[in-house]
Amino acid sequence: MFEVQRSMFATPPLLSVSDLRVHFPVRAGLMLRQTTAVRAVDGVSLEIAPGETLGLVGESGCGKSTLGKAVVRLLKPTSGSIHFESNDISHLKQSALRPLRRNFQMIFQDPAESLDPRMSVRSIIEEPLIIHGLGTRAERHTQVNELLDRVGLPTAASERYSFEFSGGQRQRIGIARALALKPKLIVCDEPVSALDVSIQSQILNLLVELQKDFGISYFFIAHDLSVVKHISDRVAVMYLGKIVELAPAETIYRDPRHAYTKALLSAIPSTDPKARRKKILLEGDVPSPIDPPAGSAFGHRIKHPLYPDTIGMPLGLTEIATGHFVAADPCCLTPEDWDKVKPGNIGKSHETP
Amino acid sequence: MNGDSDNILEVDKLITSFETDRGLLRAVDQVSFSVPKRKTVGIVGESGCGKSVTAMSIIRLLPQPTGKILGGHIHFKGRDLLRASEAEIRKVRGGEIGVIFQEPMAALNPVHRIGRQVSEVIRLHQKISKKDAWDAATEMLDLVRIPAPEKRMMDYPHHLSGGMRQRIVIAIALACRPDLVIADEPTTALDVTVQAQILDLMGRLQSEMGMSIILITHDLGVIAETCDEVVVMYAGRVVERTSAEELFANPLHAYTKGLLRSIPTLETPSKSILNTIPGMVASLAEHTHGCRFCQRMGRSDRRSRERPKFEEVSPSHWVETCPECTSNIEH
Repeated sequence: MFEVQRSMFATPPLLSVSDLRVHFPVRAGLMLRQTTAVRAVDGVSLEIAPGETLGLVGESGCGKSTLGKAVVRLLKPTSGSIHFESNDISHLKQSALRPLRRNFQMIFQDPAESLDPRMSVRSIIEEPLIIHGLGTRAERHTQVNELLDRVGLPTAASERYSFEFSGGQRQRIGIARALALKPKLIVCDEPVSALDVSIQSQILNLLVELQKDFGISYFFIAHDLSVVKHISDRVAVMYLGKIVELAPAETIYRDPRHAYTKALLSAIPSTDPKARRKKILLEGDVPSPIDPPAGSAFGHRIKHPLYPDTIGMPLGLTEIATGHFVAADPCCLTPEDWDKVKPGNIGKSHETP
Repeated sequence: MNGDSDNILEVDKLITSFETDRGLLRAVDQVSFSVPKRKTVGIVGESGCGKSVTAMSIIRLLPQPTGKILGGHIHFKGRDLLRASEAEIRKVRGGEIGVIFQEPMAALNPVHRIGRQVSEVIRLHQKISKKDAWDAATEMLDLVRIPAPEKRMMDYPHHLSGGMRQRIVIAIALACRPDLVIADEPTTALDVTVQAQILDLMGRLQSEMGMSIILITHDLGVIAETCDEVVVMYAGRVVERTSAEELFANPLHAYTKGLLRSIPTLETPSKSILNTIPGMVASLAEHTHGCRFCQRMGRSDRRSRERPKFEEVSPSHWVETCPECTSNIEH
């Protein structure tokens, strides 16, 4: 399935992740022996092209933040590989990673917590330049001023402290810091979810403009589907550590195939009181990643009659239409769609790209 | 005004202030609205606009000793809550008026079993035996669609998921069959699929029990899905108030329009530049007496410093008639 996905890009991907797993050990007992593991990310493959935004949606606890941190190696993957351009970064040591890090940066959800309150805004933005030994003092000074201007803050802001700013302005400071090293990829982890709507749109506009100007790729993680749809070229839907659907943004919203994607979309409140839609109400909650169901995780949640059959099935992402990937899971697809992606039938339903 | 039998609650020129280092700051500046029986009224606005302070003023649950209600009337079923004694208000709070808070974990006591927390509220407001209160609490858990309620009564809050905890908080709010429920961002901490479950549940309970709801939220989507009437607040004041349908179809105030246009929807073209409201809300200490949205837009000096009138410009459509912010209506 991984090979199929690669072939959709004309240019080589900037980031490619293959069968990535991040498991956190759970220790218990007197000797704190590892008893089991939280399978936060459990076999994820995806690619991000240069200048592209890949959106990642899912509910809390589905592993989306863990995946975001792992692809920029803020976490060590348990298995699988992460290639950034031609470098395999999945098992590099911190010292070997450091020179590469300027290419991939991160923006966090809570700008208040990710900015050091004891540092001036200038030192915050300048720090990555110093670490990477870029520019003279005077050059860095000019560069910080340019960065502030680029994210819409006055130069005077540089001598102040982050706590003197509002949430939206702090997020601008976080973006300026991420931009300082002219990265090729920025992982944005819920960058607007702590902001009020009128400020949220200001930050989304800024991210779109920066992408146009610098050709940056974004890996944009959020739980708000409207926001993700707005900013993304392609969208991946994550459920309990796995990607269950991945397609161009317009396609996934117009023509979702996986039952979980359909339920997520129908749950978005509509802003038209006359069009109160019939919702697909899901029972229960996301199951625990400590002890995930043996078969289809979503089939288990919706108590699908075919669930027992899915135990032992690969349930991997399969291309159902050009560029549209969905987990081959009989519990979560219509019988017609299942017929198209059923193991053995792959390749018959569409021309292999 | 308190003779009006169609409304369960009438808030009239409410003023709530906070004692701070910089003096007495007005968080709620003459807010008026009413809640009809069996209806849901949404209060929407950005952080710091005074929506939660307005709601907490109704049940007089303000941070002490800094929070003070300095003026206005709050008529609930005909009597003025602001003039009620502390003992009376305690009976109303949790009894005739139920409250649902945003963060269910913070609203529940982590060291007591669910059963004790739900039955405690019932025993506080009704003279019944422990056993009867326990049974009534089990019934409430069943009402909010918690599977196996007898079993869940013995659980502690940390045993439950976020959505289940919020159902418990709703069960506590509804335990005494209130006439009014104040829900302060009840779904903000929840995932979108769980939010849909909870909003659906609240709607169904409202039609079963017939209570009125005040729903405080920053999410216009939640407002559109659930509310009959909407109060839009900006910087401590109500700038617009009308039915939900009218508000979304025909917003009159520049702030309401700006809010509606700045949310991306599934229909907005990808990566298009979204409408934004420039600047940000001034801090409480810097609020002008004149139109506060003009202040945000940087035009506070040009126009009069008088507070714009709050007028009914068409039947049941009230708006702050600032000449700059509501230029499309006739004066």
